Amino acid sequence: MEEKARADEAYVLECRGISKAFGGTQALKDVDLFVRPGEVHALLGENGAGKSTLMKCIIGLHQQDEGTIRFEGRPYTARGPVEALDAGISMIHQELNPEPHLTIAESVFLKREDTRGIFLNKKAQNERAEDILKKFNFPHGAKTLMKELTLAQMQMVEIIKAVSCNSRLIIMDEPTSSLDSEETEHLFNTIRELKEKGVAIIYISHRMEEIFRISDHVSVFRDGTYIGERPMEGVTRDELISMMVGRKVENVFPKTACDIGDVVFKVEKLSGKGFEDISFEVRKGEILGISGLVGSGRSETMRAIFGMAPVTGGRIFLEGREIKIRKPIQAIRHGICMVNEDRKNYGLALHRSIRENMTLPTLPMKQRAPILNKKQEEKECLEMGKMLTLKSASIEHDAFSLSGGNQQKVVLAKWLLADPKVLILDEPTRGVDVGAKSEIHSLMCEFAARGMAVIMISSELPEVMGMSDRILVYHEGKINGEVSRDEILSGSADQETILGKAFGGK
Amino acid sequence: MAKDKGRIIGMDREKFRMFMGKYGIGVILLIMMVFISVMEPSFRSTSNMINVATQVSINAMIAYGMCLAITTEGIDLSVGAQLALVSCVLGQLISGKGWNIAAAIIVALLVSTVWGFINGFLISKFNMFPFVVTLSTQLIIRGLAQVISGGQAIPITDTAFKSIYSAKIGPVPFPILVLILATFLMYMILHWTKFGRYVFAVGDNMQAAIASGVSIIKTKTAVYTISGLLAGIAGIIFTAKTASAQSNIGIGYETDAVAACVLGGTSFAGGVATVPGVLMGIFIIGFIYNGMNLIGIDSYYQSMTKGAVIIGAVLLDMVMNKKNS
Repeated sequence: MEEKARADEAYVLECRGISKAFGGTQALKDVDLFVRPGEVHALLGENGAGKSTLMKCIIGLHQQDEGTIRFEGRPYTARGPVEALDAGISMIHQELNPEPHLTIAESVFLKREDTRGIFLNKKAQNERAEDILKKFNFPHGAKTLMKELTLAQMQMVEIIKAVSCNSRLIIMDEPTSSLDSEETEHLFNTIRELKEKGVAIIYISHRMEEIFRISDHVSVFRDGTYIGERPMEGVTRDELISMMVGRKVENVFPKTACDIGDVVFKVEKLSGKGFEDISFEVRKGEILGISGLVGSGRSETMRAIFGMAPVTGGRIFLEGREIKIRKPIQAIRHGICMVNEDRKNYGLALHRSIRENMTLPTLPMKQRAPILNKKQEEKECLEMGKMLTLKSASIEHDAFSLSGGNQQKVVLAKWLLADPKVLILDEPTRGVDVGAKSEIHSLMCEFAARGMAVIMISSELPEVMGMSDRILVYHEGKINGEVSRDEILSGSADQETILGKAFGGK
Repeated sequence: MAKDKGRIIGMDREKFRMFMGKYGIGVILLIMMVFISVMEPSFRSTSNMINVATQVSINAMIAYGMCLAITTEGIDLSVGAQLALVSCVLGQLISGKGWNIAAAIIVALLVSTVWGFINGFLISKFNMFPFVVTLSTQLIIRGLAQVISGGQAIPITDTAFKSIYSAKIGPVPFPILVLILATFLMYMILHWTKFGRYVFAVGDNMQAAIASGVSIIKTKTAVYTISGLLAGIAGIIFTAKTASAQSNIGIGYETDAVAACVLGGTSFAGGVATVPGVLMGIFIIGFIYNGMNLIGIDSYYQSMTKGAVIIGAVLLDMVMNKKNS
């Protein structure tokens, strides 16, 4: 490729031919990355394109299966973030998890405290911290507790920590995702100062305008492969999006046309934490796809509809009647069910049997006698297992013993037993092998054919496009456009259209 | 030799592990019984067995309540103090005020049940740590017992009341009947009702239980209320046994209850427990006391043995079930 002839230039970081597999999934395939000293190098790609995995290889949270990394011209390996820090590489994670009860000084000098004998030398440490804080014009003193800081300030402390460790490469993973515009400006100023000091920065972000504003180069990733690098000058937004999308939609989805009936479910101007002013409707037999970037408010909306998070405004209608949902049980009784994206935390009681998991939500409706009718329960579970082609020797086995795909089928089963009118699926095929994935897709069509209204959130564009009758695209908590199946089939809308909307385009 | 590697007493290593993982506690119980019988043949006598079963009935009530609490990722440390409060309430009502026994018992059970409810409500409604809540209510409950009794032991001479412990139906003492009934009811509640399912679901994965429409508040409150009621029953049996109401009884009883649960395979991580397992745990604890008394080992060594047996059993369970970690 064009990128291979780069022997002459001096790079601070050179990654060549990095591959990494998790189980059967190839997360990175022969990936390169070259970062120049003192530059801001942006990484761009859809969720799951491999950016995070590569970063984790660099700071030693993962070990690559193949490929070499050179840092400042020397071969480099790190077996963990501490070794990476020693070598001069730090990472500012998207989710900061500071120790709330430490002072700023204690946090900055964590694990490399000033000591006098076996005792801490707090005075010297505080003075040292004060000096650094002053250089950054930080508004708080070294003895301030971390918990008193804003998120932006905590992030700044992380950056200060990185600089005080003499890091020559700082990786920032979505640093602006929880900052307001003023804080973002402040961060950008800091980044410029760091650049002047010769610190290189790898900047991961989904916000295209930011990337255009502060980066010097951008590398694009797609499906675990490295697509290429471009200088920011001269590249267009459309070019980057088409690099990110690249592939064609293959028609491997078993989507069948079925009769679309009346509106079953409707929300009007719904608002809550992470989303606002959301209005949409779903019809009987329809599969409504929800696309958008992770964190754009898709899951938040659906969780609020299902009663797992508060709704602050707006109305919800089921079959024309307004309903109120404050708890999941109310949603379930109305026939609105949700398969959560986080199967482990919200889907299954892993140490309990398949049977117990399947029937848990429907016990109050189906088991009215004081003593459980286990015969009837077993019949229901076996029928459901058969319909979903669940692969397990017995329904008495722990859910833990199942593969990801079969666990997901158990989650589906427990909601199908509730005979839902509206079935919300949040990333229904995440962590599921290819075979089970296509089975789940067929099942979705079957549900729709039986008259269910299906809402599917998915981060995989081909999946949304292949399965949905209509697609809503989220951008920063709002719906930013809609694409119909006809538009996709006729070719007037494609992945680039959707991704463009997800990135805030019209 | 190399051929036999991976086989233990004629069983495939993997099968052996699964067998021990499932029935290990029963095996330990049997080994203990054989060992004590060899050391002291009188152990095997029917009268001694009845004796042990009668004695463990008190711990059994407490352990069943504790089992519910532990299964929901909690603990109930107030049970020992509940024993004392129930005892003092009985003493005041029967000996002090000359109440009818049935009425006194109902009031005493009501008191312990209400305290259980308070525990459960604080834990579930305000999301407080069960350890902290029950540690605190334990102090209040015992304090109340001391206030009611004025710190004095009150003898209860009523023979009808004493017969709660000593009466026999055929050859079977009344406490054993209570034990059998409680075991049956607990088994039904935990393994054959919706409530039992909710207890397991809440304990294994609270978030998933909420997402499946299970009410955490109702489930946990019910768990601690039942624990309070069972502690009340234990208090009545205990008071009938000693024929005296005292505010300093039941100290450390929560330890034996926790021990029985842990021996019986109740997981502190929540969501895993069986009633037969806990019953076996209760008897293991009972046999440690009884066997060592019979053999003539000083009581100081009993608590040491108890500790060692618990660690051994849990270690065995960890090794045998390591696949699940």
